[in-house]
Amino acid sequence: MAEVLPREVLICTIARLLDGVRHVAVGASSPIPAAGAMLLRAMKEAGGTVGPRISILGSVEHNFFTNGSAELFDCAGQGRIDAFFLGGGQIDGFGNVNLVGTGDYPRSSVRWPGSFGSAYLYFVVPRVILFREEHTPRVFVEHVDFISAPGVSPEGVFRSGGPVALLTGKGLFRFDKTRPGFDLESVHPGHDLAEIKQATGFRFGHDAEPRQTPLPDRSTLDLLRGRVFDELAETYPEFAAQMRRDLVAVDA
Amino acid sequence: MVLSEPRAMAKHIEPGMRVALPVDYAGVSMAMTRPIIEHGAGNLDLVCVPTGGLQVDQLVGAGLVRTVETSAVSLGEAGGAPRFNAAVKEGAVRLKDATCPAIHAGLIAAQKGSPFMPLRGLIGTDLLRHRDDWRVVDNPLADGGDPIVLIPAIKPDVTIFHVPMADRFGNVWIGRRRELAAMAYASQTVLVTVERIVEENLLADEMSAAGVLPALYVTAVACAPRGAWPYGLWGEYPADSAEIARYAKAARTADGFSAYMTQAQMEPA
Repeated sequence: MAEVLPREVLICTIARLLDGVRHVAVGASSPIPAAGAMLLRAMKEAGGTVGPRISILGSVEHNFFTNGSAELFDCAGQGRIDAFFLGGGQIDGFGNVNLVGTGDYPRSSVRWPGSFGSAYLYFVVPRVILFREEHTPRVFVEHVDFISAPGVSPEGVFRSGGPVALLTGKGLFRFDKTRPGFDLESVHPGHDLAEIKQATGFRFGHDAEPRQTPLPDRSTLDLLRGRVFDELAETYPEFAAQMRRDLVAVDA
Repeated sequence: MVLSEPRAMAKHIEPGMRVALPVDYAGVSMAMTRPIIEHGAGNLDLVCVPTGGLQVDQLVGAGLVRTVETSAVSLGEAGGAPRFNAAVKEGAVRLKDATCPAIHAGLIAAQKGSPFMPLRGLIGTDLLRHRDDWRVVDNPLADGGDPIVLIPAIKPDVTIFHVPMADRFGNVWIGRRRELAAMAYASQTVLVTVERIVEENLLADEMSAAGVLPALYVTAVACAPRGAWPYGLWGEYPADSAEIARYAKAARTADGFSAYMTQAQMEPA
């Protein structure tokens, strides 16, 4: 079997996490989540079924909206968006996300862009996937400095959505909202539990010997490297070109 | 509606006004940025609908901004907004951090002439904790409990944006960028720059009429070809990402920002 790139493992994992969704929304600068959604669509169509609808914010080809930038949020509020991705400058062990900055708000020592739609979408999109490639203690902290969006809500607060998983460059975690907390589900090839513990600022549940994140089979890889990278190039030309350069380098 | 030009339009802005500006891909009137800075009315309270970028960063860098109400400020792929981030660190601007649908909700309340709009989400966030103008009430239509956040109407003094065309009657083509209409409905004064002004009445054809903001809501229009540059304009031209990156680099320091802004070349090459 051909070598699989780390980012291909991420894309294929996202496709698995999205299985069953009807409509997934992806941020304008999120090529890996977009590729995962496109891969799922390609796999479903190859199997003769219908894949998910994919809305990519800021894209012309993947924009089904005619009511301005408010429509995505209205659509989510109506329950019409099943999955969404959130990153975060900081993510803590309770699933809280910080997109605002570090230090004492409002005079943040490091200021990030801001919360965008997270303080709403995290509440109303059923399957939110936290995705951050960088897996370091400065990202995965015990407590975030600012809560842009909370992992869980007290009883009585309307909450039809929230986090289900956290995918990083090192592994995949599932979110357990009853604790609340994360459990390590699998470790990506080339990484191990000790390394993940060292790189994670919060405590998480795990097996004594966590399993490896599954690798894609040949037909999935063919779809990804063919149709999906072609589709991806329309919206993320730089990223698609880089993936193809990386593949050439691996084969060489 | 008055057919005007950007310098004359900038005179509508007075110190202390609340000014609404659109997200980078919706039609930012970059052509108005210089005239606004030259005009020099300060203490502005900016409302980013729902996020801000280059224009916000430049107005902050020019020292004209008192408050920024926004869901985010960034230069997209070119990285963080350097003058905004510096002002935050120095405490030079007051922040009203929001989330995208809360900004839309405030405008929609104003559009309807209502005092507020309820919005889901937000409860338990530090956004809510730092917003003394947002209120939490129990849903009066439920049997008890069910807290929900009320977002007060956002009523800008001035809205400024750039679109492909207006007709000579002052009707403005906004296509599917409906947030531009929401901003206009909510605002006292609406200043629009356009790529071109067409002869035919845009309301005369049902196909175009649906994407038109009627002259009723438009204070003044000015022709400013490539007026969103270095941002792109939907259906017209892509963003000039090299120029945005050049700004991002230059504006890392206050001196670099000033040098960039005083360059004669502020038009597309």
